[in-house]
Amino acid sequence: MRLIYFSILAIGMWVSPALSQNGPLKIEITDGVIEPLTFAVPIFEAENIEAAAIATEISRIVATDLISSGLFREIPANRFIAQRITFAEAVRYPDWRAINAQALVTASVKTTNTGRLTVKFRIFDIFSGVQLGSGMQLGGSTQAVRRMAHKVADQVYERITGEGPYFDSKIVFVSESGPKDKRLKRLAIMDFDGENVQFLTGNENIVLAPRISTDGKQVLYTSWESGFPQIYLLNVGTAGRKRLPTPDSGMAFSPRFSPDRKRIVYSFEQGGNSDIYLMDLVTARSARMTSSPSIDTAPSFSPDGRQIVFESDRSGSQQIYTMPVSGGTPNRISFGNGRYGTPVWSPRGDLIAFTKQSNGRFGIGVMRTDGSEERLLSASFLDEGPTWSPNGRVIMFARETQGAKGAPSLYSVDITGRNLRALTLRAPASDPSWGPVQR
Amino acid sequence: MRVIYLALIPFLALAACSNPGGGFGGGPLGGGSSWDDSSANAEDQSDPTSQGFFETSVGNQVLFDVDEFTLNTASKVALDIQAQWLMDNPGYVIIVEGHADEQGTREYNLALGFRRAQSVQEYLVARGVSGLRLKTRSYGKERPLEICSAERCYAKNRRAVTLLTAGLS
Repeated sequence: MRLIYFSILAIGMWVSPALSQNGPLKIEITDGVIEPLTFAVPIFEAENIEAAAIATEISRIVATDLISSGLFREIPANRFIAQRITFAEAVRYPDWRAINAQALVTASVKTTNTGRLTVKFRIFDIFSGVQLGSGMQLGGSTQAVRRMAHKVADQVYERITGEGPYFDSKIVFVSESGPKDKRLKRLAIMDFDGENVQFLTGNENIVLAPRISTDGKQVLYTSWESGFPQIYLLNVGTAGRKRLPTPDSGMAFSPRFSPDRKRIVYSFEQGGNSDIYLMDLVTARSARMTSSPSIDTAPSFSPDGRQIVFESDRSGSQQIYTMPVSGGTPNRISFGNGRYGTPVWSPRGDLIAFTKQSNGRFGIGVMRTDGSEERLLSASFLDEGPTWSPNGRVIMFARETQGAKGAPSLYSVDITGRNLRALTLRAPASDPSWGPVQR
Repeated sequence: MRVIYLALIPFLALAACSNPGGGFGGGPLGGGSSWDDSSANAEDQSDPTSQGFFETSVGNQVLFDVDEFTLNTASKVALDIQAQWLMDNPGYVIIVEGHADEQGTREYNLALGFRRAQSVQEYLVARGVSGLRLKTRSYGKERPLEICSAERCYAKNRRAVTLLTAGLS
């Protein structure tokens, strides 16, 4: 049994490097068609009576997480042959084969009266009749039940798919209320599945397009707090904020962090014209990256920090360009039929997600970084503002409904274009920005 | 931030901009700054030097074509009248606000709003209004005047609004 502890105390949470022992268990993707892998998650065993409710909750969250990826399908408990499944007992593979479960997750959960929670779990490849990797143990606070469950689900997901994890992550977004012409907006943060919503700002000023840093600790956003749109930096832990130093002679908006969090790219408007600037957060100095009479905005760094992608209407319509951070001539990469905006570089580096407008509709799409292999993943009256899951496998975006009562909500979609899902939230939401997997 | 802001432009009075029509720029829910507090009273409109008169009788809005920021003939005529009134009433500080309809991405629309506000500012200056009295800002698609998702509403939302704040006198 491999032991991995994480703690939600002030020292922060950590997990040792994941085992990437992928057995023969594989999710088949053929011509973009995913055959979900079937799994069984019996209610986890409670080692003490006080842990029973938590054990049940964790097992349901693990199953829900896996299903939400679109890559897994759950075999319901009423089909299980074994009536009592204990963590210690050897797995009876034929029982699980008989109900066509390809993977099995068993676990035991223990709590202490000091508020400590321990989860031990194992993953089995039923058809090969072997345990997948070694067992693991996670430790944390009983206040961290959902996170613990997401960590277990991340391990299952990672070992079976070979993809990086993403369930134990946070998303910042704009929570909206009020009528369309007097919309109130405030920054909020939540778990990847829409749980644990917490507000980061009040709603007395319009706030837009929060962008979380690669360590999840800071958020850049645009606010009218001064009466004019300017860029602010917010500390997620304290909710303290400060305006970043840009000249009062113009308006700053559309900021985004570099992967190393030492710099930001943003748009700065002067005399009606918007260009891309680069700010060193240490020296607070800004350097101009583009100078054209066009609208240059929505910049985003490549994951190696060497290039940016942004939108410009310099050709006469909104299109996507890349350029080196060190400077140079922007290189247009979008050539399809329509307008392209809000490009965001994938954390894997291979794709750029964007918003496309054509024939009066909006969709989210992806293309290679040279603009080839464009694919649309969604389409509606107004889909906008993609953000990548930390493993580069899922895209979240806002979909706004039409009409006087129209309002935005958040959706996610697999990069294959499958598994479009609406997130369940209590209030309208827009401008999601997906943070890293937590440590 | 309000303190800092007012310190930059100390001559601006609080709660000075207004819009009896209640549409533009956010109203009391807008920027949260003093600029957006609706405070004009109805009697105000009968005084030809008042903000209310400017908004209702002179007219403080111009409209734009889809994805356009150049001024059309009707807008120029309207701005000629605005410019004359603004020169006759030099005590006001002016903010031109640019807006866009919802058919566009958020950042682009913000940038488009800046362009629209700039077009109006440049025209007013060319007609003789002192540039020192003028500032611009954009709300992009964040503050539509009309809320339907149809061209009849979009046409009214693609606008630039000339806001007054008393203060120079």
